[in-house]
Amino acid sequence: MFNVRGLNVAYGQSQVLHGIDMSVAQGEIVAVVGRNGMGKSTLMKSLIGVLPSRAGEISVEGIDVAGMPSHARVKRGLAYVPQGRQIFGTMTVRENIETGLVVTGKSDIPDEIYSLFPILAEFDKRRGGNLSGGQQQQLAIARALASDPKILLLDEPTEGIQPSIIKDIAVVLKEIRQLRNLTIVVCEQVLSFVLDVADRILVMENGRIVHQDQRKNVDEAAIAAYLAV
Amino acid sequence: MLFGYSFGDLGSILVMQGFAGLILFSVFVLMALGLAIIFGQMGVINMAHGEFMILGAYMTFLCSNLFQTYLPGLFGLYFFVAMAIAFVVAGALGLATEWLLIRHLYARPLDTLLATWGLSLIMQQAFRSIFGAREVGVELPSWMMGSLTFGSIDVQINGLFVMGLTLIITGVVALLMFRSRWGLQVRAVVTNRTMSGAVGIDTRRIDRLTFGLGCGIAGVAGSAFTMIGSTSPSAGQLYIVDTFLVVVFGGAQSLLGTIASAFTISQSQSTLEFFTSGSNAKVTTLLIVIGLLMLRPQGLFVLKVRK
Ligand SMILES: Nc1ncnc2c1ncn2[C@@H]1O[C@H](COP(=O)(O)OP(=O)(O)OP(=O)(O)O)[C@@H](O)[C@H]1O
Ligand SMILES: [Mg+2]
Repeated sequence: MFNVRGLNVAYGQSQVLHGIDMSVAQGEIVAVVGRNGMGKSTLMKSLIGVLPSRAGEISVEGIDVAGMPSHARVKRGLAYVPQGRQIFGTMTVRENIETGLVVTGKSDIPDEIYSLFPILAEFDKRRGGNLSGGQQQQLAIARALASDPKILLLDEPTEGIQPSIIKDIAVVLKEIRQLRNLTIVVCEQVLSFVLDVADRILVMENGRIVHQDQRKNVDEAAIAAYLAV
Repeated sequence: MLFGYSFGDLGSILVMQGFAGLILFSVFVLMALGLAIIFGQMGVINMAHGEFMILGAYMTFLCSNLFQTYLPGLFGLYFFVAMAIAFVVAGALGLATEWLLIRHLYARPLDTLLATWGLSLIMQQAFRSIFGAREVGVELPSWMMGSLTFGSIDVQINGLFVMGLTLIITGVVALLMFRSRWGLQVRAVVTNRTMSGAVGIDTRRIDRLTFGLGCGIAGVAGSAFTMIGSTSPSAGQLYIVDTFLVVVFGGAQSLLGTIASAFTISQSQSTLEFFTSGSNAKVTTLLIVIGLLMLRPQGLFVLKVRK
């Protein structure tokens, strides 16, 4: 339901992604792992459209979105949780979630979002910028879910977050997948998290997918070796 | 005794100049409001903002003439119709400007300066060709003429009216900004444009609406302006520099800052004008602003959140 074919992305003269291919089934959770600087964030940014791609196809349910501006991709069902969260710091928690709602035309935040993240209901009126890192991460996920996506893109959701909250995030991701039959693509470096949530694991190295396997067949040591520096 | 005035006189002078300053304050606030939301939203400094104001002033002038000729019985109400027309015409021209000109230049801030400056020259010449080079004034309806007397101080009714109007418009803009869908999207885009697109906000559409609204408010400022100055093709130029000052001084992203800064600048200008010449007053005002900006380079009001 989500297909990427021959995706090429470059910053000026330096090409970072060299023909990425991947296809993700509905309701599947795919993790992309790789060391620092291998192009994971670049992949995510080009999928959501904040970075243009040089060549290639990105299709959501058979419709190619590669030429669309990012808000149109969100309308087609993509949602993005960036590395570093990038919530709107001067706006309240509620307003942050409402920005995700714009594309749906709805005006009320679904209760489901607050029940997934009870802490956000508690801090509803607080400025986003004054939340802790972990809370901001939850807010960023809630904001993405507010647009009622079919495919959720997450870029290093565990970065700078304590182990207990990492576990919570894993639980929540699996819960939303259950709830909405959501497709999830997540970039990660924390192997325990990847093994916990993913159905399938792709390994990225220097802008190419060099290895992939189902979670159940995965050789933990082999993946760890790819991540080792 | 101070400057040869008794303290009683000084008090009255301060109040009266203060009041004159308040009308100036009204025009500043309306102008700065439009300029600030446009600058805050898309980093474009609209050099033609003064001309959009004058466009509103000419619309008011036309409207008053039309009422005088065709609907003299309803003349008392023309001003309200004029304001609406000024808003719509200036706003529509703003939308068109964004679509034809500005949106092609977003990546090049200096070019938008030049382009809008060019637009301001075109508009001035258009005014000259259509309405003539001479100043025009509007006839006030009778209920707006005259003044109210409080003790030893006279205040003009039209001045009070302009201030009330400004309060209402500022209130409406604040409501839109903090309670409406449009405002939510504007604030998101101002904070982080890229991310706003990635959560599903059509940033280009918001740009266009914002530019239109900003220009529309300038048009309404033009309606107010007809009551305190006479309208001529280049009258907008006199206000644009002061308005920049207000915006920069207030901190471009804060409504409250814009208001406080318009107040400070208009009051110091009008009070100083009584004691020295106009240009001395301007120099002193500028010096005060520069001094304060050195202490607070980010402007008067900034929201504090952790990074
Ligand atoms: N704006 C940019 N301009 C030029 N090169 C860039 C830019 N952003 C990233 N790169 C380069 O592209 C490559 C991939 O970067 P990317 O951010 O995608 O890595 P990553 O896998 O997400 O790393 P990390 O795990 O540290 O987040 C790196 O070599 C980086 O230096
Ligand atoms: Mg990254």
